[in-house]
Amino acid sequence: MTSRSPLITRRNVLRFSAAGFSMLLIPRVASATEDEMNAAISQMFGDRPITEGRVSVDLPPIAENGFSVPIDIAVDSPMTEDDHVKQIVVFSPRNPLPVLAQYHLTPMSGRADVSARIRLGGTQSIRVIAEMNDGTLWSGAKQTLVTLAACVID
Amino acid sequence: MTTIRLSVPETADRGEIIEMRAMIQHEMESGFRFGPRGEMIPQDIITKFECFYNGTLVFSSDFHPGVAANPILKFYARANESGSFEFVWTDQNGQSWSDSAQIEVS
Repeated sequence: MTSRSPLITRRNVLRFSAAGFSMLLIPRVASATEDEMNAAISQMFGDRPITEGRVSVDLPPIAENGFSVPIDIAVDSPMTEDDHVKQIVVFSPRNPLPVLAQYHLTPMSGRADVSARIRLGGTQSIRVIAEMNDGTLWSGAKQTLVTLAACVID
Repeated sequence: MTTIRLSVPETADRGEIIEMRAMIQHEMESGFRFGPRGEMIPQDIITKFECFYNGTLVFSSDFHPGVAANPILKFYARANESGSFEFVWTDQNGQSWSDSAQIEVS
């Protein structure tokens, strides 16, 4: 019983497993990086200082499916005429595009709380920046583990 | 036919902060996916959502390809007077869909 199929040789097994492994390493779609996210942030807000706090981001710790991930954003603000949130922007360091969504609020919004569903192209830390009516910027972030990424498969 | 689902309370006290949900049926094709023959599926997304309260813009949102299909939003508004909330979605080609809900404020 020493005869084996000529296809399953040690050489072929090594060759194909190497090819298969390298395909795992090549992403099918270009994804943004941390630098691209920071570039998008400075393009939108210039070099104004961004303070951490006042923004709380809620994402599931594990998202089985990156195609639809619930996100809940709450900003600590009285939402009055003199002191309210003007804009909330969701940034991603790993999706093909760094800006996911923008929400524009008014004093009529009453409460700075928005829930939506977003796509995630992999495990990452989502960053949310809130712009107040006085121009100050606040940020919050939340890490989530994505087991099945959006964009990568069809 | 595009399905729109709204959730707006029918009645509210004056000054009460009410919760609203608005969902529209849409593929939100990101433009980053490949079809069965390996070709890129072109982008087709809704880019703008607006909520008007008696004609005044209360809340709006810009959607990018990172927004999931059938976009749903939950947000709040301060109920000051009886009237209507109008919800408008506009896609990248300028086509728009809208629906409205009445509210009685006492």
